[in-house]
Formats: sequence, C-alpha cells, structure tokens
Amino acid sequence: MPYIPNTREEQQAMLQAIGVESIESLFEMIPAEARLGRELALPRAMGELELTAEMTRLAGRNVAADHVACFLGGGAYDHFIPAVVDTIGSRGEFYTAYTPYQAEASQGTLQAIFEYQTLITQLTGMDVSNASLYDGGTAAVEAAMMAMGATRRKRVVTTTAVHPEYRQILATYFTNHDTELHTVAASEGTTPVEAVVAAVDSKTACVLVQHPNFFGCLEEVEALAEAAHKAGALLIVAVNPISLGLLKRPGDYGADIVVAEGQPLGNALNYGGPYLGIMACGEKFVRQMPGRLVGQTVDRRGTVCWALTLQTREQHIRREKATSNICTNQGLMALRAAVYLAAMGPTGMRRAAELCLQKAHYAAERLAASGSATLPLAKPFFNEFVVRVAGGRVEEKIEAARKVGILAGVPLAPWYPDLADCLLVAVTEKRTKAEIDRLVDVLAG
Amino acid sequence: MKYNPRINERACSLEGFRGLHPYQSEEHVQGALLLMKRLENWLAEIAGLRAATLQPAAGAHGEFTALLTAAAYFHDLGQRRTTVLLPDQAHGTNPASAAVAGFQTKQVKSDEHGLVDLDDLAAKLDDTTAVFMITNPNTLGLFDGQISRIAELVHNAGGLVYLDGANMNAIMGIARPGDFGADMMHYNPHKTFSGPHGGGGPGAGPIAVAEKLAPYLPSPIVVRDENGYRLDFDRPKSIGRVRSFFGNTGVLVRMVCYILTHGPDGLRRVSENAVLNANYLLSRMKHILPVPHGDRCMHEFVASASTLKTRRGITAMDIAKRLLDRGFHAPTVYFPLIVPEALMIEPTETESKATMDAFAEAIFRILEEPDDVLHEAPHATQVSRPDEVRAARQPILSWSPARDEGNRG
Repeated sequence: MPYIPNTREEQQAMLQAIGVESIESLFEMIPAEARLGRELALPRAMGELELTAEMTRLAGRNVAADHVACFLGGGAYDHFIPAVVDTIGSRGEFYTAYTPYQAEASQGTLQAIFEYQTLITQLTGMDVSNASLYDGGTAAVEAAMMAMGATRRKRVVTTTAVHPEYRQILATYFTNHDTELHTVAASEGTTPVEAVVAAVDSKTACVLVQHPNFFGCLEEVEALAEAAHKAGALLIVAVNPISLGLLKRPGDYGADIVVAEGQPLGNALNYGGPYLGIMACGEKFVRQMPGRLVGQTVDRRGTVCWALTLQTREQHIRREKATSNICTNQGLMALRAAVYLAAMGPTGMRRAAELCLQKAHYAAERLAASGSATLPLAKPFFNEFVVRVAGGRVEEKIEAARKVGILAGVPLAPWYPDLADCLLVAVTEKRTKAEIDRLVDVLAG
Repeated sequence: MKYNPRINERACSLEGFRGLHPYQSEEHVQGALLLMKRLENWLAEIAGLRAATLQPAAGAHGEFTALLTAAAYFHDLGQRRTTVLLPDQAHGTNPASAAVAGFQTKQVKSDEHGLVDLDDLAAKLDDTTAVFMITNPNTLGLFDGQISRIAELVHNAGGLVYLDGANMNAIMGIARPGDFGADMMHYNPHKTFSGPHGGGGPGAGPIAVAEKLAPYLPSPIVVRDENGYRLDFDRPKSIGRVRSFFGNTGVLVRMVCYILTHGPDGLRRVSENAVLNANYLLSRMKHILPVPHGDRCMHEFVASASTLKTRRGITAMDIAKRLLDRGFHAPTVYFPLIVPEALMIEPTETESKATMDAFAEAIFRILEEPDDVLHEAPHATQVSRPDEVRAARQPILSWSPARDEGNRG
C-alpha cells in the first residue's frame, strides 16, 4: 500500500483547485510516444505482514555472522558493536534528517559530523578529517587523485600488499586519464623499501601503502614515508582504524593522507555496505580534499555553531573543476563511527586492539605449532595473518570449518596465485578461545 | 522528502542481511544474491532498459560508473569520443562526474521555456560527442517533450543519452527512460525509493543500461546457474571494479521493501500523487511567488524571488530562513542556476493537502512581514545565520582543547 495520506475527496479538491479534470491530464507534458502503455512487470504489492515474512525468508537463506564464528576479514571485520551505537544511530532525528544545507535546522547533524571529524583526527594524528567518503576503496582512490592535484604529478606508486580491490578500483578510475600506475611487488608479505625508493621518481605524486597491509603484516612505514618525501611525493596510508588503538598514529610517522575502511568502527557487516571511507590529511592539503567538511563558526548573535564549509571545492559550485564528483557523505555510518569512538575512548580502543592482537597471535601460534598448517609470512602482524593449508586443500578446509560453525578465512587464490593454497584469517575481540581452538583443529586437522 | 517506512528499517536490520560478511562463500548468501538479482531486474523494468548494476554507492558514483561504461563501449567500437554535453540546468555532479571519468564537458543552452535548445544541441553535437546527460523531468520540474527528438539527434551523431534519474519519482510506471531514448540512467534511492537521508547518506546509485552496454558494466554481477546464484567476475569487457565489495546492500534491501510494498500499481500511484501534490502547491503558490516556467509541473517546480529582491531586497535565502521559524524545512535554494533567486519546491506524495495548505499560507504570511524580520531570520532556532565567510576564511574543522580553553577565557 503506497504511503499516500490524501483521501479521494482531498485529491478531487486539489484537482479542482488546479483546474483540471483528472490526474491523467497533469501528465500532458509527456508525449504519447514516450508513455508506457501498460503496467510495469513487477510483483504485486504486499502488505506489511506478507513483506515481513518474505524478507525474513530471504534473510533466512543467508548464514549470518552471529550464528557462526567469523574469522573473515580483508577490510570488513566482525567486531563487537556496543548497544549505544545502534540506539543513537537509529534515532529518527538523525535517521530521517535532510542533508544539512540549512545549518539552523541541522545543528545536531552538523555537530555530530564535527565530532566525527575531531575523533578521526585524534585517532589518526592528522590535522583534518572530512565528513567521510563512500568506503575504504574509493577513499584510497580519492586520496591518490587528491595527491595528483596537490603535486601536479601523474604517477602513482602502490604495492601488491595493498588490498587487491583497492588496486582494481584505482585501475578503473585511471582508465581514461594519462596516469601511470606502478605496482611494487611485495616480498614475503611486506613492501620492500628499496623497491619503493627505486620506483619513486620526480613524476610520482604519491606512494599508496596499507598498514597493517592486506596480509595483516606491518609495513616499514617510517622508511616508506622517507622514500616518498625524498622525491617530493606524498605518502598515503590505508589503515585499519582498530589497529590505531595500539600502533603509532600515521600523523606521527609522516603520512600526508590517511584513508581507511571505517566499517570496523561500530558498523555492521551488511554484506559489504553501506560502510564509510575515512579520509584525513595535513592542513596544507585541505583545499584539495574531496567531500563534505563541517566547520565551527559563530552565528549572527555570536553563538558557537556549525556549518558546511569550504564548499568552493565541491561539485555544486565548481562543477567540472571540483576536487571530486562526490556530493554526499556516509552520514549515518560516520555517526555510528563517532558514537563508537566516543563510547570506547582511548582506553577502550587500546583494549579492543590488544584483544585482537593477542587472540590473533594465539591462533597463529597454535597453527604454527600444529605441524600441519604453516604461516608462510614471517612478519609482525596485527589481527590478521596468512595460513598455508596443508596439501592446498583450501576449499575442503573452508567446507569442514563451516560444518562446525566457523567461517575460516578468505581464500587468497583469486588475487595471489602464489598464495593459492592460503587463507587470510582475521581474529577480532569477539572470538573466544574455544572458537579459535576449533578453527585450529579444523585447519591443522 | 519522502516518508521513511519503518518496516524497511526493520527488514535491513534482520541478522540475515546485517550480519553477512562480504567474503562469505556464495552458498551462504543465496538469499542476499537472490534479492540483488531481483532488484536488478526490477530496476531494469522500471527504466525500460535491459541490465542493471547495484554497485554504485551514490547517484554521483552511478553517473561516473555509467560514463566509464560508455567510454569502454566506444573504445571497443574503436571510436575516440571525448566530450560529454549537458544542459545549463544540470546538477553539479554531472560535469564533475564527466571530469572524473576523463571527459571534456560542453554546456547546452535551455530555451525560453526551460527546455533543451535543440539548435544549440545540434550545433554542439559532433563525432567527439560521447554522451548527452539530461535530467528528465528536468531540474525545473518540466518534462522535456522533445526527448525523442533529442535522443534521435544524439544517436544520429553516434552518441549515447544518459538520463539523470533524480526525478524518477514523477514518472514511475508512466514513462520509462529506455522507451523515450535513454541508453543509461541512475536511480537515487533516497529520492525515489524512500531511502532515509540520514543527514547526508548513506545513499546508493544503481544504474540501468541498454543491452549493448551490459557487457561493460562493473564487475562482479550476480548470475544464476545450476547451483543457484553466484557472483561473476569473469567479464572481459567490464570496466572493472568501482568500489569495495558489491554495493550498499543495506540500502538495496530498503529499495526492495519499497518496491514490494507498492507493486506496479502502487508505484504509479506514487508518481501520480507526487505530481498532483506539486501541481496543487504550484496552483496555490504562483499567486504568491512567481514561477517563471509555466503553470504546470511534474513533481516539483521552481519559484523565483527575483522581483522581490529587486523591489524589497528580499532573497530566496531570506524566505528559506524564515520558513524554518514556521516549522518547515526550507526548500533547495539557488538551484537550478538558470533561475535567479530560485526556490525549488518538491512536496512528494507523502505530504498531505493540509501540510501543503499550511506551507503556502506560511509563504504568504512571510511575504507580508517587514523586510528586517526576513533579513534576520530565523529567529526561533537555536542559532541563526552562521557566519560562513568566517568558517571558510579561518577554518575550524575539529575541536581542540586549547581552543576550547581560549573560548572560555
């Protein structure tokens, strides 16, 4: 049933006020040849009861992470979400509110975004955060385009240790531009600094790395920053925001632009979206930054308040000369991230990161000790690591794990032929010792 | 703004959608894949086109994806087409998306009726034209009845027609872009299928395309084989990947709920009532504020405070701000750019006659008020007229303890 409040009588009265006989005559602007002369071929309408049953049936044909122990990662993680995140994130005042173009009617939204920006700058150690972008992958691409704008250079250097999907998106975006994409090969799970030094030249706009990288390993980010900066290029680091509870902040090791998949911060897995792309940078790059920014100011009475700002970067004013075509942010997702960070605080973030680290290392050590599964990459890692499955029986192991309620890991075969017999295993604070032991039994069995 | 049905929120919060990891194996997500495949088919049917992708994260991302799809198509044909044409009343995202996709842009004039100037279009079309992007119903709320002729001109020049679907809420089940000449289009779920605005997102920007463009759509797509539904990555002509994972599934679930709630007849009634409401409000408003482009509209119309500005110094922004005092969220102002002092008014089908009467009454009362009251509006909100110049000149983009202390001192 459509959500239409007017009765037939009211519709008649409205037609009369307009001065037409029927609704049909309001469509005279559309020529006959442009009309659809039939009903749309769609399923017939359902009532709420029937719709609920149908959606529940479809949802029931999926295996949700709350019914299984999820060791899948690769950018999206099964972290615990405090109840306050759902409670605040589903309030109608945030949920149904319009885009904050009229600042006076949007102070709550604007202040929430301002707090999000603040929390992201504190988490990353950077000067400025925007109001969020679509997701981690597109944020990485926007960062590369931003670096090209800031340096007026056209070469991007990245590494095979960066999420393969991020690199695929880069390639797609650069299809019709005279941009050069150079990919350094990772060696045993990390990016060789000397290969980056050799690859960076005077045409290089940026070096894009991930830390912890796609394999979960820690990169030599200080040396990579130095390599980029020596050639006048920027360092873009894609991070896992939870890792910043423990690892040095990117702003403290010389990153120029930081991006991240923001999902781990209080956002549900949602089969891949909606998530949010985090982007933060140094102050000097703010005018090249894509996306919305909220700024603090005062109103005509001198009251502190918030408004969208630096909009002359954006498409609705700059059109084809804008820093990006993005016209929105991931408002509700950024709100959830802000509530999550505020609820966790520095101590909670550190504790969550420690738990991820300890549990992941417990799992890795037990697997290594099993004598069956092996860890091919002998590098320091955070909450994710690569496991080589004995005999290369990856699919078989995934299937066996599923039978005991475990999602064992992400197979690396689609992206890394040399790791075709490997799984990427992620361990969050939610995983129990019993679940980890069960995973080890299956993979090492 | 449409009503955001609460049942849609309940559905996308079901653990079977909300708790799915994007790298779960396909056997574990058959319900999600089936839902996506169905939605693709429905969006293609509503568009009158053959194929759809649900991946784009927002309308602007859909524009970009479609333009790259067009570029790949022309590249495959061995044609070098470098220009995107767009009307002077286009959304700002159109030229920005064209630039990100690697195209030059050229602007086509509107005629005195607010429609595409066909002579100007014909003059600007040539063998470098890749795509003509048009919003129809257009940003003035008018259906450009020349659309078949426009499509013919563009197609004869070897170009493609892109339909910016921002205004699909006016024509669902009544006219289909594919039937009136469009080769590709995007949807804005928050405008058409009741996705919540969320104070600025999340959105989604599914696109539908003609059959000849389908092979170039981004990877992966959902396909069905003997084992059920799966994601197909083996698509040699595809433009590749445009985002992480597969799409804003949470938003797509809401779209599915909306379409299933309405069915074919319901969607048509949505558009009929959106157009009825807009025309009713127009009939009441046009005596109060001039509406330069005629006394009929589709789902929205654009009024102008231009004469008020000349006579009394009252701007569209003054009216917008004063509306906030009277309990109405202000309409979009200063867009489209071709109407001076524009107020774009779109009631949607979910507002009642009583609300629209109250809105017209509010505008009427506002224009009777002294100039100063309007210049200083709003008065009843917690803050009034943030100093945007200061915000941009001395940007404060995050809180700092030091600054906070300074403010207190």
